[in-house]
Amino acid sequence: MTDLSSSHGWVRTEDAKTLPPPPNTTGLTGWALQNLFNSPLNTVLTILGAAFVAWIGWGVIDWALIRGVFTGESRDACVAVPDSGACWPYVWAKFHQFIYGFYPFDQRWRVNICFVVGALALATMAIPSLPYKKWNALFLLVIYPLMTFVLLTGGDLNLSVSTLLGIVGLLLLTALVIPPLAFGIEEGIRRNRLALAFAGVAIVIWLLSLFVSMPEVAIFGSFVSISTLAIIGLLAIAAALSAAHEAFSRDASARTALLSWIGACSAVIAVLLLVDTDFGLVPVETQQWGGLLVTLVVAVTGIVASLPLGTLLSLGRRSKMPVVRMFSVVFIEVWRGVPLITVLFMASIMLPLFMPEGVNFDKLLRALVGTALFSAAYMAETVRGGLQAIPKGQYEAAQALGLSYWKLMNLIVLPQALKIVIPGIVNSFISLFKDTTLVLIIGLFDVLGIVNASFNDPKWVSPQTGTTAYFVAALMFWVFCFGMSRYSIFMERRLATGHKRRGY
Amino acid sequence: MTAVIDEARPQRVSFFNDPKVRSRVAQIVFVLLLAWIGYEIYHNTSVNLAKLNKNVNFGFLWGTAGFDIIQTPLTYSRASLYIDAIIIGLLNTLIIAGLGIILATILGFIIGIMRLSSNWVIAKIATGYVELIRNIPLLLQMFFWYAAVLKPLPGPRQGINFFDLAFLSNRGLVIPKPIWSSGAGFVGLALVAGCIGAFAVARWARLRQERTGEQFPSLWAGLAAIIGLPLIAFLLAGAPVTFEYPELKGFNFVGGTTVLPELIALLLALSIYTASFIAEIVRAGIMAVSHGQTEAAHALGLRARPTLRLVVIPQALRVIIPPLTSQYLNLTKNSSLAVAIGYPDLVAMGGVVMNQSGRAVEIVIIWMFVYLSISLLTSGFMNWYNARVRLVER
Repeated sequence: MTDLSSSHGWVRTEDAKTLPPPPNTTGLTGWALQNLFNSPLNTVLTILGAAFVAWIGWGVIDWALIRGVFTGESRDACVAVPDSGACWPYVWAKFHQFIYGFYPFDQRWRVNICFVVGALALATMAIPSLPYKKWNALFLLVIYPLMTFVLLTGGDLNLSVSTLLGIVGLLLLTALVIPPLAFGIEEGIRRNRLALAFAGVAIVIWLLSLFVSMPEVAIFGSFVSISTLAIIGLLAIAAALSAAHEAFSRDASARTALLSWIGACSAVIAVLLLVDTDFGLVPVETQQWGGLLVTLVVAVTGIVASLPLGTLLSLGRRSKMPVVRMFSVVFIEVWRGVPLITVLFMASIMLPLFMPEGVNFDKLLRALVGTALFSAAYMAETVRGGLQAIPKGQYEAAQALGLSYWKLMNLIVLPQALKIVIPGIVNSFISLFKDTTLVLIIGLFDVLGIVNASFNDPKWVSPQTGTTAYFVAALMFWVFCFGMSRYSIFMERRLATGHKRRGY
Repeated sequence: MTAVIDEARPQRVSFFNDPKVRSRVAQIVFVLLLAWIGYEIYHNTSVNLAKLNKNVNFGFLWGTAGFDIIQTPLTYSRASLYIDAIIIGLLNTLIIAGLGIILATILGFIIGIMRLSSNWVIAKIATGYVELIRNIPLLLQMFFWYAAVLKPLPGPRQGINFFDLAFLSNRGLVIPKPIWSSGAGFVGLALVAGCIGAFAVARWARLRQERTGEQFPSLWAGLAAIIGLPLIAFLLAGAPVTFEYPELKGFNFVGGTTVLPELIALLLALSIYTASFIAEIVRAGIMAVSHGQTEAAHALGLRARPTLRLVVIPQALRVIIPPLTSQYLNLTKNSSLAVAIGYPDLVAMGGVVMNQSGRAVEIVIIWMFVYLSISLLTSGFMNWYNARVRLVER
């Protein structure tokens, strides 16, 4: 064995030392060379772009901070400095107005409670890992709106006795559907003939009372016609008869049907009591509301009302019944085809004309009706996107299991579809939130309306007040909208993982 | 016999459980409910209107308007009719929508492409633009441009001077006004002929390439026809145009065309706002074309430009166009915010007419009708276009 190494010259026996990558491909320099200065054109663009950003950034900082006026009692402070920037004392003086409008000063704790409770409930709803989502949703969509209604307006609607009796009558009338629900339609009707007869007589009396005036008697300090009393009495008998079948039935599902009817009725009565009770809160007219309060009330009501409405419309648009489908399509396309401003004008001018005599609508309520209908049409299209994304197999599987249409939708399709469209719902909320600024055109004072009104206050008029006001308003809107859009992107990423196929 | 057949038939389902009956009953109930609501609304409205001594009648449109309008694309005076005012409002809406769509498209495409730039600074500037503009209400931006930028500008005497040709002041932008003399018609005719020629050349070139494989620079030929023919006609006709330049006389400008500050503010706000949405659409459209398409085109021997023109852009446009149209519609609908800064668009003019004549119902009907027609026409066109460009699948 000869020594190979001597005949082949030098052979490396150990690994060469790993060299660091070339200095201009790593670290900050490498990144800059690749992303900023990789060609002459890019170099020029980078320098121009950086100069542009610096110019804008410096302009804002210079105007807001360096040349800005921070202290003072009135416009004099902002006018005194030559070439001054932002007029901040104006913002300090008016900030409460931006938030509450002209809501009475000593009652603002009510608004604060609504803000804090709403923010807490929304935050716990928005964080996906927290439990009790169903209860939270119930709170946000039902209890919270009622609570804010009572807190903000003062409640105590003073419903008339005839209105209350009308609602009670309708509730009693719904009792007729329990037997068909419990025993099936034919069996339910067969068992409940007597109750149906009583209800029929009640309805005949009601129809008669539309044409014939009846004598009235005093009850609870207000006059009620005899026919109304007769109707309520007959309906009560009918309801008792309908309920009796289930109460004495051995069938557990029949008793469940009865219990759910009782539950639904007590919920309606609880709501009536809540809005009709005097809690001792000072009533605050909606003319006094303003600022962020109005912006949030309009946007949140719009979304809360448009979710159920829009879902129904989107189901209607995909329905097999031509009449329902046509109505939904026409409704959606009409509202989507016209600008919100004409809808608001229509709501504020024509809604009072549509109402029977004596019914008068609050200006804010009119705007709320307009925005709710408008956003329902957009929500319908968002939800429809979700419905279309559910594979056909889900529908077919549910139908094969014998589920009815509403069970199919409630248990299988809607839970999946609504989950997919959460980002879409957040995006509609963002656009609705921005669109609430339009209510200033019909004379309500949202954030922008208050801002617009306040910088013309003679006490604060200066060349910079307007710009400062718009700057603050833009900042407020931007913070809200940007935060929500981030959340929407976060949810989109989170939800996307659930639908990706893993493995083959 | 018959008895056997009867037994073989499935048992009849209960009347209540027959899906057909159910669906019919449900629809009849639905129609009755709608009819009842409709009747209630109609009845209440007519009662309420009768109480106010009014009726719904469009005859009032032929009454004398008696107010001035600050921007009139047609001849209009105080003696004109209400309907003239409303038509001028509609034209002003179309003007702002047309200008806005052009500007927003240009700006949106630039920003969208900037967002995809490999240059970090440029991409971040575009991202910042989109995130800033999208999240601030349009009305606020409009007020900002109008009340905080344009209104505080100095008066005509101290206005900003662009080379003595155009002047920007708090009265708006004054630009030279072209005055066409006789012979200008030929230039227009030449333009039309150029367009037709360009179209014909493109068609001929495509057919020839399909037949023989030979290529023809139809883009350049077309451009030459569209620009060159009118230019030649213009020179032959002896340059039949003169410009009337604005001049400062006394306290205001004389001559030229004035672009109202309201129009400028509206145009800036609408196009800047809508551009931020268009940018996102453009970016999504380009990103939707997979890189494999580009690589496949290169593998087939296509160069960069034909790859872009024949492979990437057609596929990106298929994704871009539908949402782009809905942005155009949004822009048109958003132009109704003009009423807030006093630009005389359809909604603003309708509002003035409504205040003068007290005819609220009719005006709201006109508004809804006009905007709905625009929307339905556009979406009808969109459906036709979508059907045309849809991928033909097996």
